[in-house]
Amino acid sequence: MKLDTLTQSIGEWLRGTGPESDIVMSSRVRLARNVAQFPFVSRASEADRADVERFLRERIASVPVGRSLDSIDVGRLEEIDRQFLVERQLISREHADAQGARSVAIDQLEQVSLMINEEDHLRIQCMHSGLDLRGVWEQIKVVDEQIEKVVPYAFHPRFGYLTACPTNVGTGIRVSVMLHLPALVITRQIDKVFRSLHKISLAVRGLYGEGSQAMGDFYQISNQTTLGKSEEQLVEQVGDVVPVLIDYERRAREFLVRETEQNVHDQVSRAYGILRTAQTISAEETMQLLSRVRMGVLLGLIGDVKIADINSLLVRTQPAHLQKIRGVELDTKDRNIERARYLRQHFEAGGAGGAASVN
Amino acid sequence: MKCQQCEKQAVFHITELETGAVREVHLCEDHARAYLNQTEAAEATDSSAEGGPLGVGQTAEDLAALDQKACDMCGITFFEFRNQGRLGCPHDYVQFAKELEPLIANIHGATEHTGRRPSRAADPAAGEGTEELTRVIGLRREMKDAIGCEDYEKARENRDAIRAIEDRWITPARLEGPPGSAPTA
Repeated sequence: MKLDTLTQSIGEWLRGTGPESDIVMSSRVRLARNVAQFPFVSRASEADRADVERFLRERIASVPVGRSLDSIDVGRLEEIDRQFLVERQLISREHADAQGARSVAIDQLEQVSLMINEEDHLRIQCMHSGLDLRGVWEQIKVVDEQIEKVVPYAFHPRFGYLTACPTNVGTGIRVSVMLHLPALVITRQIDKVFRSLHKISLAVRGLYGEGSQAMGDFYQISNQTTLGKSEEQLVEQVGDVVPVLIDYERRAREFLVRETEQNVHDQVSRAYGILRTAQTISAEETMQLLSRVRMGVLLGLIGDVKIADINSLLVRTQPAHLQKIRGVELDTKDRNIERARYLRQHFEAGGAGGAASVN
Repeated sequence: MKCQQCEKQAVFHITELETGAVREVHLCEDHARAYLNQTEAAEATDSSAEGGPLGVGQTAEDLAALDQKACDMCGITFFEFRNQGRLGCPHDYVQFAKELEPLIANIHGATEHTGRRPSRAADPAAGEGTEELTRVIGLRREMKDAIGCEDYEKARENRDAIRAIEDRWITPARLEGPPGSAPTA
């Protein structure tokens, strides 16, 4: 697979379709698996890692997982290409930064991604646009069952699937939804929401998973525990809370429009204005402003922008994407200039143009 | 905005979520790097065994003895595990079962897996396959040592033992499927 062909599309999680996609960006499930006859990755020698990588790659290629997969040798990629895959959420930051033999197999739709030699030998990930945890679970189950036919997973009758870190043992499952919650942030209710999520042992993370900061009002909600409940129960545990959060966010959006329409209209219009006229702009600021414009579009305050466009810009203005689109490596300063130019060009070409495009 | 720790411009605006409350931190590049390294280290130990209740009433001596305990297969000591927060191989869950159990109970509030099982493990040999296969990890380690000592007789024995286990427990890769394609970069 040529990575460059991916720059033409925007990937599954930003497609902007599927149920509740005004608030739920994507639904994702990942399974952590290990091969019984090898040490876990952190203890594995260079030779062991190469053996694990080949063993898994060849065996996975020998079974039908429902999709045709392309394998990418992550160890041989340039830093910018690894970053590119991280921005698309096809590999984790940890996998990008790791050492030694490692690869990822992905399908054309970018729904399925199989990371080999991340923290565990195998991390299976499935992702759908919008709220579709059930669909994602059904899909990943098939992939896992197929692989299991040819790979002897490390399994313990009592502790379940064995993982390098005891925090993942048992089902090895992480069920997560990525939500866009700008109104809860603006109305300062987000802390309260997070506190209540922690109480029911759900974790809240930023856009790029563990340790990442919350950018652009995007948050990932996921299960904290993996042992003691079945996979279905854990899917439900996360799934059950999503409608509640959607309801909170919708009410907060309604409140903003009802009580502070002028303010909100002003805020989103300014955000839109900056995106269309800035001469230099960071990735963080871009994401923050796009988040606000996204809300403005959904509230009907900005008329001529499509949600799909905003989603596309969210990923294409990130450092590695921007550089790949432009075809040159740029330092931070030049990237900020190039990003601003890209945004201006995009809005000039795409929208009705001019100040009149803000309702 | 200025960095909270010096006079430089703050370029990192970090929102901490996982402490139960949301806290904003604004730092310059240097201080942000120090800060992030420090929180990463803290997170790594958070998810590790450190600080976890390893059993009530353990003395320092008990702990020291426990720390020396090593896995027969991969050789990791409990001390190494406590430091890294990552186990060495699947057999650790057997070797350190007693020590890991309170830790697992603490993390998950449970110690029994109730979810899916590998279908091939539906028979009573469930964990047996894993147990047998993890012996390969120890045998491979011994084989390496034997080669190091030029004990080729022993190395050969180990190699044969590894083959016997793998032949018994690993299904041959399927031939009807597409061949494993080489990865592209």
